[in-house]
Amino acid sequence: MANGVPLNWYLILSAILFGLGVAGFIYRRNIITVFMSIELMLNAVNLTFITFSYSFKQVDGHIFSFFVMVVAAAEAAVGLAIILTVFKNRETLMVDDVSSMKY
Amino acid sequence: MSLWLIPIFPLLGFLVNGLFGRRFSKGLVNLFAIGSVALSFAWVLKTLLGLGAIEGEHVEHYYTWIQSGMLNIGVDFAVDRLTAVMLMVVTGVGLLIHIYAIGYMEHEGGYYRFFSYLNLFMFFMLVLVLAQNFLLLFVGWEGVGLCSYLLIGFYFLEGFATNAGNKAFIVNRIGDFGFSLAIFLIYRQFGSLDFTKVFDAAKGMPVEASAGILTTITLLLLVGATGKSAQIPLYVWLPDAMAGPTPVSALIHAATMVTAGVYMTARSAALFTKAPISMDTVAVIGLATAFFAATIGLAQTDIKKVFAYSTVSQLGYMFLGVGVGAFSAGIFHLMTHAFFKALLFLGAGAVIHGLHGEQDLRQMGGLRKYMPVTAWTLLFASLAISGVPGTSGFFSKDAILVAAYERAPWMYWLGVLTAGMTAFYVFRAWFLAFTGKYRGHAHPHESPLVMTGPLMVLAALSLAGGFINVPHWLEPMFPEKAENQMLAWLSAGVGLAGIAISYVFYVAKPGLADSFANSVKGLYTLVYNKYFVDEVYDATVVQPLIKGSRTVLWRGVDAGLIDGTVNGIGTRSRGIGGVLRLLQSGSIRTYAAWVVLGSVVVLLAIGFAGGAR
Amino acid sequence: MTALIFFIFAGIAVFCGINLVAQTHPIASALSLIGVMGSLAILYLQLGGEFIAAAQMIVYAGAIMVLFVFVIMLLNAGAEGALQTSRFVRYFGIVLLAAFLGLISFIIQSMLPRTEGVVFGLFQGGTAVDVGRKLFTIYLLPFEVTSVLILIAIVGAIVLARKEI
Repeated sequence: MANGVPLNWYLILSAILFGLGVAGFIYRRNIITVFMSIELMLNAVNLTFITFSYSFKQVDGHIFSFFVMVVAAAEAAVGLAIILTVFKNRETLMVDDVSSMKY
Repeated sequence: MSLWLIPIFPLLGFLVNGLFGRRFSKGLVNLFAIGSVALSFAWVLKTLLGLGAIEGEHVEHYYTWIQSGMLNIGVDFAVDRLTAVMLMVVTGVGLLIHIYAIGYMEHEGGYYRFFSYLNLFMFFMLVLVLAQNFLLLFVGWEGVGLCSYLLIGFYFLEGFATNAGNKAFIVNRIGDFGFSLAIFLIYRQFGSLDFTKVFDAAKGMPVEASAGILTTITLLLLVGATGKSAQIPLYVWLPDAMAGPTPVSALIHAATMVTAGVYMTARSAALFTKAPISMDTVAVIGLATAFFAATIGLAQTDIKKVFAYSTVSQLGYMFLGVGVGAFSAGIFHLMTHAFFKALLFLGAGAVIHGLHGEQDLRQMGGLRKYMPVTAWTLLFASLAISGVPGTSGFFSKDAILVAAYERAPWMYWLGVLTAGMTAFYVFRAWFLAFTGKYRGHAHPHESPLVMTGPLMVLAALSLAGGFINVPHWLEPMFPEKAENQMLAWLSAGVGLAGIAISYVFYVAKPGLADSFANSVKGLYTLVYNKYFVDEVYDATVVQPLIKGSRTVLWRGVDAGLIDGTVNGIGTRSRGIGGVLRLLQSGSIRTYAAWVVLGSVVVLLAIGFAGGAR
Repeated sequence: MTALIFFIFAGIAVFCGINLVAQTHPIASALSLIGVMGSLAILYLQLGGEFIAAAQMIVYAGAIMVLFVFVIMLLNAGAEGALQTSRFVRYFGIVLLAAFLGLISFIIQSMLPRTEGVVFGLFQGGTAVDVGRKLFTIYLLPFEVTSVLILIAIVGAIVLARKEI
């Protein structure tokens, strides 16, 4: 394999992972699992960034990816704190039960 | 010359009395009210003496009021000979009436309000007289209409007073509509509303044999004048306006406001002389009104109503004079009429005041013993209005009738007949009130000096005012007409005959009047009820208008269409909102699904738009 | 060699991703996510992103996922109940998802026909030195702002997790 793996396949992998993340985001009912699907989506995007960084032979994509990671960390911290608060108030982790904003 | 001071003094009086008068004592209110008018009168004298024999006009331009495109209207005051006559009449007679009102309104409520309105009226009237362009004149025109409404409805707790005020204002409005149309046409035709510009341009236009633009303009001006000066068909407000206090009737509805129409017509002489059709219309309307009102006056029993119809009739004379081309005669009669009609009204007010509110002639009688000054001054006024030789009324009415004869003899004969009727009903009133036995139940007494003083001054003017040769003074503006001694003595003779007949009916043989009235019962009822004109107007104009407004405009358009549209918008918004709120399902997963869907749409859009190249 | 590593770890990643969505108990999903992150780190390494690969393992898998696991433990999250949807709908959804992903793959393949291959070691610019150089010069402002962001996140997390709320 002198040519190596075609770049497309990394992108396809990233797209598949992103699609799986979206599916989990819509499909799952546990709040924490929904959150983890979001993390999966972020990871897929990271892969795309790194791939294109390789493609352009520049390190900027790595830096974007770095920032995405930082933001994901912050988001995870605050988001889990919110989940804790919701759990304290509603005693449930199911997304469907937190529906008091119904019209 | 600071012409602006003339109207400003009364305006200041209005402001001071209106804003602070509630806390003033009566003396202080009097000081401001009378003082402002006295200052205005003094300033008028100073101005006129300063100008001497006024050649042409003396214009003062103050500031540009409206500057819009080609329309340029400034606040300009001007004094020429016609204005001088009007100023003297308005401020002089106004001053006398103000002084009289101190005594008359002594025991009435709203004292300061009365005087502030009276001062406001003086302000607007002076603006009207001094104005140098049509729009400023219209401002004064409307303003005096407003003050007339306020003062007629002065006793606003009485229903008939407020109704009368409304009637006056609304009927005036109809006339004002005609006036506004005339102003529009004048601007369109001449490009300006300034008197000098318009009249100079009109002088260069040919005399219109058939209906043209000048005829239209002048006929519309006539509509305005009929509204303000109570001519047929818009005179109906003036008799009802007697609901106001008597000084108001004297000032506004005898001496000044109602003469505004005559003044405006005389001022627009340059326009009228070029439109003979309008002149004839003016003369015919004036003559018809004079005759018509005189017949109604024959049968009235309320002393103020008699004089009210007399006013309408005399105004008809003034219009007759103006209509046959004797503008100076019309203005002359305006002045003398101001003297003796104000005197008649003030005297009637003194009688009413002395009888504590009684106005019915049938409840009076023999008052000569109780109020001699009033009786004698009213006698002089009655002599003047009847055109007895030597009095002011003789000279002025005469000038008009002679000019009418030159125009068309039948106008002269009808005018003479009306003069006879005038003499008859005026002396009827005098005889019923002051001769015979007292038929009422009150305790009549003479009025205080503050009321009888102006009466005496006006009596002197009524007798001697004829020797102020106004037509000669106005010669440069309006050419004088020739005199005809025989016609003059003829009309005087008819007047004296009227007095004699009245004497027979009411003094010599008192029962004759009632038996005569019974013999012409139907005609008497018709005349007594003022020919049912008010009822006819009510049935043909007022009721259909009310009904139409109520059903079509109110229920149909306002409640149905407009409210329906506005409410409909609200209801539709609520409906749409009701549909849109179904998006808020409260379920987070639904929201997540919407987010994904939205992002897919955005991606597709970007993809179709060529990608993020 | 590169292709083999790619296929192995890509497969692991996809398998763990499907597992994340399919498992009922959150802890199983968390472990699947760790698996995804690990395989992605290998792929980053292949693409020359040494620093990022290390950061991924340390930060993402080592800190964030640990946080997730702690929270799952704290909340005593149990397995999700079964859904009431019919089996037909569920299987149809899976087929639809597979078709969707296949479509995306096809689109990407046709839109970006770059045949350049990835060879391990071809891109040397992903070291910590290179990242640091760019980070502290060109991207200094986002770096500082990110530090503020983290501060805010800390404050927010502390406030939210207090007892009184």
